[in-house]
Amino acid sequence: MTRYSAWNVFKNGITGQKGWDRVWRDPQPKDNYEIVIVGAGLHGLATAFYLAKNHGIRNIAVVEKGWLGGGNAGRNTTIVRSNYMMPGNRFFYEHSLKLWENLSHELNFNVMFSQRAHISLLHSPAARDATARRYNTMRLTDTGAELWDLETLKREVPHLNYDNARFPIIGAAVQRRAGSARHDAVAWGYARGADQYGVDIIQNCEVTGVRRENGRVTAVETTRGDIGAAKVGFAVAGNTSRLWRMAGLGKLPIETHKLQAFVSEPLKPLLDQVVVFGVGGAHFYISQSDKGGMVFGGDLDWYKSYAQRGNLPIVQDVAEAATSILPCLGRVRLLRHWSGVMDMSMDGSPFICKTPVDNLYLNAGWNYGGFKATPASGWYFADLIANDRPDPIIENFDVGRFARGVNIDERGAGPDPKLHG
Amino acid sequence: MIRIKCPFCGERDHSEFTYGGDASIVYPALDAPAEEWHEAVFMRENIRGMQTETWHHVNGCRMWLIVQRDTMTHEIRSVRPAHEGLASVLEDDQ
Repeated sequence: MTRYSAWNVFKNGITGQKGWDRVWRDPQPKDNYEIVIVGAGLHGLATAFYLAKNHGIRNIAVVEKGWLGGGNAGRNTTIVRSNYMMPGNRFFYEHSLKLWENLSHELNFNVMFSQRAHISLLHSPAARDATARRYNTMRLTDTGAELWDLETLKREVPHLNYDNARFPIIGAAVQRRAGSARHDAVAWGYARGADQYGVDIIQNCEVTGVRRENGRVTAVETTRGDIGAAKVGFAVAGNTSRLWRMAGLGKLPIETHKLQAFVSEPLKPLLDQVVVFGVGGAHFYISQSDKGGMVFGGDLDWYKSYAQRGNLPIVQDVAEAATSILPCLGRVRLLRHWSGVMDMSMDGSPFICKTPVDNLYLNAGWNYGGFKATPASGWYFADLIANDRPDPIIENFDVGRFARGVNIDERGAGPDPKLHG
Repeated sequence: MIRIKCPFCGERDHSEFTYGGDASIVYPALDAPAEEWHEAVFMRENIRGMQTETWHHVNGCRMWLIVQRDTMTHEIRSVRPAHEGLASVLEDDQ
């Protein structure tokens, strides 16, 4: 495996680019593995990487029904932040952000992580007070949080619509260490890293059944044959409930909904930060990619769906939000628009937990927040699988928390999955 | 755009409606054990395929409807009022 470095770029530049190896192998599945992870999305790949790196387990397969990074890994808006308040979430996402800060070095792969600040616009004194409380709580975790007054905001982002009678902007809540990363690079970096440790990444290999004997999972049945495993982990956002039923485990506190996102034609540098506009039921977030495209998204499609395609009323809603906050985008053309299916959980928070089956582990329920969670999700899921017990930080990330009266409901929306946007 | 044939108003765009949720859920009695309430409030089949669900024609007749819809293809198989016999009662009044 060629190590990426300035020297290697230079050397290959003058030798016809012939010195590069394949980034990861394309192995045939073996009959048995110590651990099989279902789903080669960001979380599955990160889990395999940390299982190998942190826990020294090398006999791992990651099976993927499509191609690597072709699901929600490629269907998000690449926002990374840790501005969470609830116990559990706060430590978890802050740990994730710390892992992001060193990820390019750790993977020897440039994930283009850019800490360009995350700016949530405030539109009323009540919103400012509530946010001040939230951001003060964040400071207990050393997350770093600022409240900007209108003058500061105007200086930093001069081209927002400050002349909005209906939703006047009065300031902003800012996390400077938040930002954005390149989604494909994260998938490729983790895949390459895991592969270097000997992890088999098996693409075009759909799980069609989960075989159980004596209360344990013994193998996963796939379109490329049965694969035996001592331990199995599910990391298949959107399709968790289907896999759960294949394992004969019944219901989950999850509904599958879809979320759309958009990218415009490339523009010259326009927006240096991630900006979030959420008021009156609307929800809108926008940033600019390094290629120049404006990347933005809004709310769910509001009804349960497994279809990876979005509906038009939401396109209209998002476009309205975009032009109301950044009127300068009015003539910009859309380049692409996509939709991903996601596990919306009953309180908007995820699951990384053991299951009623001894050697089966679950990673699911990431709602809108899966991308930013990638490193910590892989970190703690690997820790759970390797040590067979949850770390105290994720002790309430289990599907049984509702029965104990524990809700990690960041938004305070109640047990209705579609409301946890 | 999904088109829903409202039994009261005719076929309309789904943007006139709001989505309720899984209509197969039956809430237990108020004094039922907590496990039964946990099951009804938090646990979901999350079917990929034909599911029975509720929609509210909020920008129309404001009636709640029971819709059978495929969650993969969005094909709608049937639509009926949530309250049985409501349509005939309304017709009898006229």
